[in-house]
Amino acid sequence: MARLQSAVELDELRAKILASRDPARPCIAVCAGAACDGMDSAAVAAAFLAAVDEHRLAGKLEVRTTGCHGYCEKGPNVVVTPGDICYFEVQPADVPDIVAATLKGEVVERLVYQDPVTGAKAVHMDEVPFYKHQTRLLIGDNPKIDPMRIDDYLAVGGYAALVKALTEMSPEQVLGEVKKANLRGRGGGGFPAGSKWETTRNAPDKTKYVIVNGHEGESAAFMDRAMLTGNPHKVLEGLIIGAYAIGAQRGFMYTRHDMPLLTKHVRAALAQAEEYGFLGEDILGSGFDFEVELHFDVGIFVSGESSALMRSIEGNAPEPRPKYIRTSVSGIWDKPSNLNNVETWANVPQIISRGAEWFTRMGSEGSKGTKLISLSGHVVNSGVVEVPMGTPLRTLVFDIGGGVRDGKALKAIHFGGAMGGSIPAQLIDARLDFDEMSKLGAPIGAGGLLLMDEDTDMIEVARYLLDFLVNESCGKCVPCREGMPQMRHILTNLTEGKGKPGDLERLEDLAEVTGLSSLCALGKTSADPLKSMFRYFKPELESRIPAGSEGK
Amino acid sequence: MSKMCETDIDGIVERYRGQPGCLIHALVEIQHENHWLPRDVLHKLAKALQVPFAQVMQIASFYKTFSLTPKGRHEVHVCTGMTCHLRGAPKLLARVEELTGLKPGETDTESRFTLATGACLGSCSIGPELIVDGKHYGRMTPDKAEDVLKRYA
Amino acid sequence: MNDTSVVILQIDGREVKASAGTTVLQAAQKAGIHIPTLCHHEKLEAFGGCRLCMVEVQARGRTSYVVSCLYPVENDIVVRTRSEKVDKIRRVLVEELMAHAPDAPELVKLAEEFGADRDRFEREASFCVVCGLCVRYCNEVKQKNAVGFIANGALREISFVPELAKNECWQCQECFALCPTSYAQAAYLLTEALAFPGQRKAPIHGAQAPERVRRVIPINPVAAAA
Repeated sequence: MARLQSAVELDELRAKILASRDPARPCIAVCAGAACDGMDSAAVAAAFLAAVDEHRLAGKLEVRTTGCHGYCEKGPNVVVTPGDICYFEVQPADVPDIVAATLKGEVVERLVYQDPVTGAKAVHMDEVPFYKHQTRLLIGDNPKIDPMRIDDYLAVGGYAALVKALTEMSPEQVLGEVKKANLRGRGGGGFPAGSKWETTRNAPDKTKYVIVNGHEGESAAFMDRAMLTGNPHKVLEGLIIGAYAIGAQRGFMYTRHDMPLLTKHVRAALAQAEEYGFLGEDILGSGFDFEVELHFDVGIFVSGESSALMRSIEGNAPEPRPKYIRTSVSGIWDKPSNLNNVETWANVPQIISRGAEWFTRMGSEGSKGTKLISLSGHVVNSGVVEVPMGTPLRTLVFDIGGGVRDGKALKAIHFGGAMGGSIPAQLIDARLDFDEMSKLGAPIGAGGLLLMDEDTDMIEVARYLLDFLVNESCGKCVPCREGMPQMRHILTNLTEGKGKPGDLERLEDLAEVTGLSSLCALGKTSADPLKSMFRYFKPELESRIPAGSEGK
Repeated sequence: MSKMCETDIDGIVERYRGQPGCLIHALVEIQHENHWLPRDVLHKLAKALQVPFAQVMQIASFYKTFSLTPKGRHEVHVCTGMTCHLRGAPKLLARVEELTGLKPGETDTESRFTLATGACLGSCSIGPELIVDGKHYGRMTPDKAEDVLKRYA
Repeated sequence: MNDTSVVILQIDGREVKASAGTTVLQAAQKAGIHIPTLCHHEKLEAFGGCRLCMVEVQARGRTSYVVSCLYPVENDIVVRTRSEKVDKIRRVLVEELMAHAPDAPELVKLAEEFGADRDRFEREASFCVVCGLCVRYCNEVKQKNAVGFIANGALREISFVPELAKNECWQCQECFALCPTSYAQAAYLLTEALAFPGQRKAPIHGAQAPERVRRVIPINPVAAAA
């Protein structure tokens, strides 16, 4: 495949790819997302391929292994096009029936969605409740793409945004569009991406870097991996556009070492992008040069913190730097470095293609666009979902999530992993909005939403989250290194019925001081889940202290 | 689990000679192949990459992925991410500890198992999970653990 | 950075002039205003680990709490080295450190000044407060790297590298006097006893001590419980 030298050549290639694909020809997409893979979807895919071989169906029936479809609870997932017919909990033994039905244009009734209460069936994706209530702008392409084949991404319009940016817009115009869109960081900070880009762009040093933070250490958040493993090119396209706007020559993709499929897909995407000419020198004849390197974490959460991550890329221990030195001015090797989350970068191509104005029509006043949410915990339908910002939590929890499992009542909703907070079920009508959720003490964070049922011990949850952070602390500063274990110790005593007078006061002091004086966000937000327990579940806390002995 | 011969490790060290910024890459490769980082290898790396030994040691001991002691033939991982925790991981872990006689981080005297916990692996929907040598056993209950472990000699 | 340009800021109600590019701590010290520190040393790069030097800063209409050893001076900022919150931070941090080294003289003094209770938190007699003075001194000043940090979080410790300590430490000993809790010398001696007993290299005549010397505290025998 010769390097594409211009936008015209890309258009020609895209037309050729589309011409070779018959939309009427049936295609079976087998999900290989983390959960489906864990349920051996590979065996299902292999069975389909074997069936194609055995019955000589090549050219008549296509089989495609894709990234995460989203309905992890009901995997292994299979989607058949045309028609977007959804089959759930597919086993290799089901393959002959599916193949036979698909060739006849029929449906395998026993494998489609069935409402757990009414028994009503839903065959097509837009009828299945889980999918129906979503707005799948980012993840919707996953079932159509084999991450190992760049042509699949081109077939759905991939890299058209890059062409528009490079050939029709100046870097300043691209930056302006992202600022106008009010794209806020999706990794947890919610910081306006356009502002960060601008700071990096304006920093005096000519050498600049851009970084994809694909670390996703937040517990129970798995949407970034679903995005990056399932559609790495979308993220890469956003990165290249961003590099163009910022004036960066080199990019870094930073991700986890412990996901072999993710590594395989990202490496392939980078290699194929290079081969086709989307990376390297003089991209599509625009004069813009850009290269990307892949880096891995080594198994610690703090290395997801942006300045620590940059230390890690340099080869040093990931110790965060205090934020008086902004990494957008002095980051990797002291060069201006713009770091954004996987989902943030993934939003960029559509903002360029369809415009900031279009983007701002979705969402709420202060939070625009859609958000990927990992639904888990005691929820019936766990998985990766995408909804517009401003969506009421009720929709996420009940319409999409199907409510709480085992018929139990909802007690609390938790956002933001170990650095977030829990809100009680009564606040179910709160909206998915950065600022609204922050004010409630349960900031969206990266978007991991956990349901907790009526039997959940909230004190134990606070203890568990602190335990997680204690193991992940880098150990540099006193408030985090010392304060967190002390909080954990007291909470352990409380859960074991060994509460002592003065415990709550000690907890409050520790929470306050750790929050105020820690060096980085890990320590600063470590006490936030506990603070939300104080705010909403205080009686539960107080019940653990021997009666009549509070106050030291 | 095959051990790397010295020449393979030397090969990795050579590839990164004179590049202090590649320390972590080198350590990851050696850990991946050899499954642990012997002290003399760390000294070799320090010399070749021109990094003080104390810094190599800091990095090797900082990250949980690296093991400074030999690991067992099979890595048994119990996910203790938040969803798995809410869905019963502590009970599963207790049972696995009982069956293997190990606490997280430990290897048994016959080098059969190394027990590890942590790191949400993103397959929350099938939690709680037991992962042995990278193979996922989802929706685990404590009573299923023994059968799973029996499959690994 | 233009070193000759002067910055004017306010510290504790006083107008203070400082050179651009310096820190709030340096400006305060020059003006004779005291801010407590633990992990700070003039010969070493500012670390920002102990957080005891935290101060309140009002800048551009916002109040924040920052470590003065790293925060750069700016025109028109208002710094307070004491306030209810600042004092609370120092008190609780000292209480946390005293859980490891309740008798360290510097901590005892800080405890008196800020009303810290040495028994407030669960004890763990590790003695090391992980200030990093020994590690950083050996790395930045002596450039020997004979002692380093290992592990992370609450498990972080200092660790002497036996292969190097054998030849370097007894001739130098400079980090021992820097240690606020005397743990460094204990850690060295333990390493020697385990890894190279009787094999330390003898000291060179006239080894120099660093400028800022702390008393080295012998560990007193504990009175038997009543």
